[in-house]
Amino acid sequence: MSVFESLRLSLHANGGVLALAGVMLFLPFLLTSDFHYRVIAVVWIFSLAVVGLNILMGHTGVVSLGHGGFVGLGAYSVAVGPVLLGIPVWLSLLVGVLLGGFLALLIGKPLLRLKGHYLAAATLGFGILVFMLFSNEVRWTGGPDGMSVKRLNLFGWEVRGAQTWYWVGAGVLLVGAWMARNLERSPTGRALQAIHGSEVAAAITGVDVAGYKLIAFVLSALYATAAGAMMALMNGHVTPGIGDFLVSLQLLTMVVLGGMGSLLGAVVGAALLLVLPQFLTVVHDYEHAFIGLILIVCMIFLRSGIVPTLHARFRKYQ
Amino acid sequence: MKHIGIFALATAVALTLSSGVATAADPIKIGAIVSKSGPASFLGEPQDVTLRHYVKKINDAGGLLGRPLELVLYDDATDANVARTFASRLVDSDKVVAVIGPSTTGVTLAIAPVFEDAKIPMISLAAGVEIVDPVRAYVFKTPHTDRMVCRKIAVDMKARNFKRVALLNGTDGAGKTLRSECLVIFKSVGLEISADESFNPNDSDMTPQLTKIKNLPGVDALLIGGFGQALAVVTRNYGQLSIKTPMYQAHGAASQTYIKLSGKASEGVRVTSPLLVIVDKLPDSDPLKAGALEYAKTMRAITGAEASTFGGYSYDALMLIVNAIRKANSADPKAIRDALEVTRGFAGVTGVFNMSKDNHLGIDESSFYMVDIRDGGWKLAQ
Amino acid sequence: MSEFLQFILAGMTVGAIYSVVALGFTMVFNASGVVNFAQGEFVMLGGMLTVYGLALGMPYSVAALFAVVATSLISVALYDFAIRPARGAPVYALIIITVGASILIRGLTKIAFGTGPRDLPPLLGDEPVRVAGAVILPQSMLVIASTLAIYLCLWLLLQKTLLGHAVVASANNRMAAQMVGIDVDVMTRFSFSLSAAIGAFSGILISPITLVSYDMGTMLALKGFAAAILGGMGSPLGAILGGVLVGLSEAMSAGYLSSQYKDATAFVIIILVLFVFPNGLVGKSGHERV
Repeated sequence: MSVFESLRLSLHANGGVLALAGVMLFLPFLLTSDFHYRVIAVVWIFSLAVVGLNILMGHTGVVSLGHGGFVGLGAYSVAVGPVLLGIPVWLSLLVGVLLGGFLALLIGKPLLRLKGHYLAAATLGFGILVFMLFSNEVRWTGGPDGMSVKRLNLFGWEVRGAQTWYWVGAGVLLVGAWMARNLERSPTGRALQAIHGSEVAAAITGVDVAGYKLIAFVLSALYATAAGAMMALMNGHVTPGIGDFLVSLQLLTMVVLGGMGSLLGAVVGAALLLVLPQFLTVVHDYEHAFIGLILIVCMIFLRSGIVPTLHARFRKYQ
Repeated sequence: MKHIGIFALATAVALTLSSGVATAADPIKIGAIVSKSGPASFLGEPQDVTLRHYVKKINDAGGLLGRPLELVLYDDATDANVARTFASRLVDSDKVVAVIGPSTTGVTLAIAPVFEDAKIPMISLAAGVEIVDPVRAYVFKTPHTDRMVCRKIAVDMKARNFKRVALLNGTDGAGKTLRSECLVIFKSVGLEISADESFNPNDSDMTPQLTKIKNLPGVDALLIGGFGQALAVVTRNYGQLSIKTPMYQAHGAASQTYIKLSGKASEGVRVTSPLLVIVDKLPDSDPLKAGALEYAKTMRAITGAEASTFGGYSYDALMLIVNAIRKANSADPKAIRDALEVTRGFAGVTGVFNMSKDNHLGIDESSFYMVDIRDGGWKLAQ
Repeated sequence: MSEFLQFILAGMTVGAIYSVVALGFTMVFNASGVVNFAQGEFVMLGGMLTVYGLALGMPYSVAALFAVVATSLISVALYDFAIRPARGAPVYALIIITVGASILIRGLTKIAFGTGPRDLPPLLGDEPVRVAGAVILPQSMLVIASTLAIYLCLWLLLQKTLLGHAVVASANNRMAAQMVGIDVDVMTRFSFSLSAAIGAFSGILISPITLVSYDMGTMLALKGFAAAILGGMGSPLGAILGGVLVGLSEAMSAGYLSSQYKDATAFVIIILVLFVFPNGLVGKSGHERV
C-alpha cells in the first residue's frame, strides 16, 4: 500500500474528526462577538459529554438518565477542591475527573447487571441522588444558590474569557473525539458494537459483555465529568442545576437527536439544542412549544438521528 | 439603464452611511433577564408584564432624554447557565446600558461577574443578602433581604415572649437562604431551634414533617420558608392536623393567591409583607402610599389580578434606572451606576431608596410589615 | 402510635397518586413498548381543563367529563401524529418523541393558562377525618379508593372482556393479532386514550390536594416512572405496589429519618430492590430473541 493510499484510508476513517477540526478552525470567521464565542464554547463543552454518552448509548445501547450526576460531580469538584481542601484548581480538575471515573466503576458493576428500562431507572436514581447531595449540603456546596469557582490557572496563564474557552473547549473536544474514534476502530470498539447488535450473540463468541459495558460506562463518566468541570471553570460559578435531571435528559436528547453512534451527530445534537433557544427568543412564550414540536418532527422524519439519516440519504444520491 | 444603476448604487451607499451615524433617536437599550418559566416563573411573569408595560408607557410619554427606551428581555427559565449566556448576549450583542434582574439569588450570583467585568449596572430582583454584601461595584438590588425578614420575625417573636421555634423550609434557594439567615439570627437573640425540617417545593403532602413538629413539646412558633404553591400546601396540612402553634410566613406568602389556596387554615398566620400587599391599610400620610396604590391599580387593570410584590421589585428597578439616567443626563453605563449610587429619598413601591457606595440596596426594614391574615384579608399586626 | 399512623396515611395518599401515574405508564408500555413521558402531562391536563371548565361556568361533573374526554383526544392525537408516523423507529427515538410531546403540551398549557397554581374544590368537603389520632382528608381516601377501583376495572377489562383480550393480543404480537382480524391501530389508540383518561381522571381527583400548575407533570412522571419500574414495568399490579412503596418510603423517611433527603430514600430503595429483583417486584423477565 502506498503512502497516499494509506493516507487516504486514514483520512476516510477519521473523516468525522477532521470535519470537526475544520469547522472549529473555520467558524471564528463567522463569529463577531464574545457572545457568539460563548455560545459555541458551551456547545463544545456539552458535546464532550455527549460524545462520551454516545460511547455508552450508541455502542452498547445502555440508556443513562443520570449522566447529569457526573457533570455535576465534575463541576463541584473544581469548585469545592480549592475552597474546602485548599488544593490548586488544576489538581481539583484532575481529581474530579478521576473521582468520576472511580464512582462509575464502583456503581457501574452492580448497576449494569440490570437491563433496559430498569437500568435507566437506576441511573435516574443515581443522578437525582448526586443532585440532592449538591443541593442540600449548604455548608460545603453553597446549596441551591451555588458557589463561585476559582478560575483555572495554568503556569500563570489564567484561563478566562469566551474566546479562550472556545479554543480550550474545541481542543479538548477534538482530543476526546479522536480518542472515541480510535476506540471505535479498536478491538474494544468492535466488542462494543457486537454487544449493541446482540448481547447474547456477543457473549457466545466470547465477548465479556459485562466488562465491556463497564468500560463504556466509565469512559462516558470521565467525559461527562470533564465537561462539567470545564463548564464550571468557564462560568466562574456553579449551581446544582448543572447536574439535575433536566441536564441528563438534555444529554440523552442530544445523543438521539444527533444520531446514536455518530461522532458528528453528538456535536450536531448539542449544537441544535443549545443554539436553537437563542434564535427562538423572538417567539417569546412559544419557545418551549416550538422546541417540543421540533423534537417530534425531527424524530419522525430523521429517525436514526440527524447525521446518520442525512448521511444515508446523501449516500443514496452518490 | 446606466443611470438607474448609478442611482441605485448611490442610494445604497447613502443608506449604508446613514445607518452608521448614531442619530438622536437611537434607543436607550435596557436589558432584563427574568424567570418567565421554570420553578420561579411566578416571580418572573409579573416582572415581565411590569417591565413591558412601563417601558411602553415611558415611550408613549416621549421616551427618555428624547430617545426611545428599548427593553431587551430574556427568559432564563430559572437556569443559571442559560442566564449566563443571555448575560453575554446583552453585553456583547445587544449592547445594553443597564440590566434588570435576575429573579432569583442563585442566578444573580452566577451572572453578576459578567456585568461587573463589563462595567454595566445590574439591579437584581432577588432576596439573597450576599448579592449586596460584600458590595460589588455594579450590582444592586431592590427586594428586602432574607436577613431583614429574619430580624423582623425574631424581634416579633421575642416581643411575644416566644422561646422555642420550629423551622420548616423548602429545599429551594429561597427556603434554604431563609433558613441559614434565621438560624444565625434566632440563636443570636436567644431563641431555641426545636426542629429543622424540610420539604420539596413540588411536594403535595407535608403531614409527616408537621406531625413531627406537632408532637414536640413546648414549641412556641413555627416558621415556614420557601416560595410557591408549597407554602399553601403546608398551610393546608397545618390546618388539617389542627396545629395550634402560631405560624410565621415570609414574603413568599404575601399574596392573595396564598390566602385563597390555603383556605381557612391561613387564618391567623403572621406574614412579613412588603408594603404593596397592604397598601390600602396604610395611613394616607404615608409618602409611599400614593405611588404604590397607582402601581397596584395599573397591574390590576392589566392582569385582572392583584399586584405582585415581585412585579413591584422590577418596577422599582426600572424607575431607579430611569431616574438615574435623567439625573446623570446620560445613558452611559458608568454614569448610570454613579447616579444610582447617589440616589436618595427615592420613593418606590417597595420602600424609600437611599443608596450609597456601600449600600446597594437602599431600603430598610421600615417599609415592610408584619401582617396577620384575618377573614381572608390582611390586617396590620400591632 | 398516632404519629406512625399519620405517616402511613400520608404515604398512602402520595403513593396512590404515584400509582395511578404508574398505571398509565404501564398501559401505554404494554400497548406499544413506549415509555410515554407525557403521562404526567395527562394528569396535569385533567386538573387544568377541569379548572378551565369550571371557570366557563360548567357544573363540576360536566367540566370533569370535558377534561377527561379532551385529554383522551389529545393522547390519541399524540399517537396518530407523533408515534404512529414513527413506526419502526428505534425505541429511544419514540421516547424522545414523547419527551418532545410533553414539552409541547407544557409549553401550550403555559401560554393558555399561565404559570400560577390553581385549585379545585374537593368533592367530599375539606373536613379531615380523624382515625385513631391521625387525620386523613376525604379527598385522599377518594384518591386511594379510586386507584384501587381503576386497577380492578382495568383487570376486569383486560382479562374478562373481548375488547381487553384484543388489546392484550395486539400488544403481544402485532402481526398475529392482525391476522385474526384485530385492527391493531384501533387497539393501540384505545390503549393510549384509556391511559390518558385514567391519568386525567386521577388528575381531577388529586388536584384538590396537590393544586394544579402547568409544570406539575414532570415530577409526577419521574416518580410514576420510578414506581412503575419498582413494581415491574408492564405489570399493573406492580404499578400499584411500586407507587405505594415509593409513597410510603417518602413519608416514613420524612417522619423518621431526614425530611431533606426523603426523595433520595425512595430512589435508594428502588436501586436496592432492583439489585435483588432486576425486573422489579412482580415484573416478568423479558425474553430476548436471538
